Amino acid sequence: MGFPLALPSRCHPPPLASHGLRSSSIDSPKLVLRKRCLCESRRSLKVVAYYGLTTPPYEFDALEPYMSKRTLEVHWGKHHREYVEGLNKQLANSPVLYGYTLEELIRATYNNGNPLPEFNNAAQVWNHDFFWESMQPGGGKMPSGGLLEQIVKDFGSYDKFRDEFVESANSIFGSGWVWLVLKPEEKKLSIPITGLDLWEHAYYLDYKDDQEDYVNTFMNHLVSWHAATARILRAQAFVNLGEPKIPVA
Amino acid sequence: MGFPLALPSRCHPPPLASHGLRSSSIDSPKLVLRKRCLCESRRSLKVVAYYGLTTPPYEFDALEPYMSKRTLEVHWGKHHREYVEGLNKQLANSPVLYGYTLEELIRATYNNGNPLPEFNNAAQVWNHDFFWESMQPGGGKMPSGGLLEQIVKDFGSYDKFRDEFVESANSIFGSGWVWLVLKPEEKKLSIVRTSNAVCPLVWRDFPITGLDLWEHAYYLDYKDDQEDYVNTFMNHLVSWHAATARILRAQAFVNLGEPKIPVA
Repeated sequence: MGFPLALPSRCHPPPLASHGLRSSSIDSPKLVLRKRCLCESRRSLKVVAYYGLTTPPYEFDALEPYMSKRTLEVHWGKHHREYVEGLNKQLANSPVLYGYTLEELIRATYNNGNPLPEFNNAAQVWNHDFFWESMQPGGGKMPSGGLLEQIVKDFGSYDKFRDEFVESANSIFGSGWVWLVLKPEEKKLSIPITGLDLWEHAYYLDYKDDQEDYVNTFMNHLVSWHAATARILRAQAFVNLGEPKIPVA
Repeated sequence: MGFPLALPSRCHPPPLASHGLRSSSIDSPKLVLRKRCLCESRRSLKVVAYYGLTTPPYEFDALEPYMSKRTLEVHWGKHHREYVEGLNKQLANSPVLYGYTLEELIRATYNNGNPLPEFNNAAQVWNHDFFWESMQPGGGKMPSGGLLEQIVKDFGSYDKFRDEFVESANSIFGSGWVWLVLKPEEKKLSIVRTSNAVCPLVWRDFPITGLDLWEHAYYLDYKDDQEDYVNTFMNHLVSWHAATARILRAQAFVNLGEPKIPVA
């Protein structure tokens, strides 16, 4: 995630209104074309900031032998990096989109199903940030605690969930992702809990065309249930999943 | 392409009509459930045939160093083979679709934009047959003759065509294909981008050449460098011989005008 930096102070601030506050900061802070306020000559330093490439929370060889170091180097170092750089290049020409958080940018550029050109890059940046955090060395096995209870409640058993996830992954045709999400009530956005990249670039170097092996390995050895648990806990700030079962003394 | 083989002769033939011809062969030869006519016990040999895996018209290492032998082995030997086997498995459960040519099957299963489950496999089988034939050792460079004239006529110049083809290929997001097609109604060459398995046959365009932009097509050789792959295809792999043959064949269906015969 990146944060827009302030422009150099040589830029004229908008005039103070009578209440002493700058009018522009009240009206619509995000859409003010701050980036264009270059009052000085072109010699002035134009400092803007966009989005950064976040690193995975483990070393590149930490997921061996299930996901090789080479895959991480190419998948993160080239693909993910290209999405970030591509997005930043697009945003340099699109002042209206400046200043969003990445999640807001995704929703804005998704444009209700009629996506703007920036959407692909923005979404892939977020997707890959999420994906690296969805894996861990020594991952896989089973979830526990509240997450496991919720899975059992919503799918019947962990095995039924796992089968459905794997089948969903294996039935993807072309490039795509599989997600476990928490759906609040209607008209609210789903909250992702974990996800699996099924673009061929995610597994081709390690598994070639054996997508089923990759999916199974993800479930058995890579998926981070710690991260998933943290996400569902955070989601419970927005979605009421019911009273926790506190044992009666 | 596969051809349905005849069933064993122990199967009862339909009764002869008065004109001496079998009625079923007049009515609707394709939709007759010949496959189900197993009159004998299950011991009888059920022989049916579907589609086969056609081999590329060159050795696996013939496209080196532009496309490695390993890519051919995996791309053809696993991906293309899986599409064929997957299709045949699906067709075993779908007698109505038995007996089509591959091109007819693609159009039938495309179902006007609402594809049946068999479409993906059928189209990918055809796409890959087409793709192997669209490449050759010592390919690339420029087309010549009538094809070049048509390209110049429809794009302005070969370079403009090449730039548009490359740009179209590089702007594909996800899995897809880029095609040079002849559009029969406009009588023009055009560049078309499709996603996943879709191919120009569904719109009844005539494909002239095509490029597989699924990541599996280039990942082993180029990793993420799709632009390098596309450039290499244009410079060293694309078979203008095959493209010329296709546009000539298309001219049986599309009138591209009188050939310029020099006056003696």
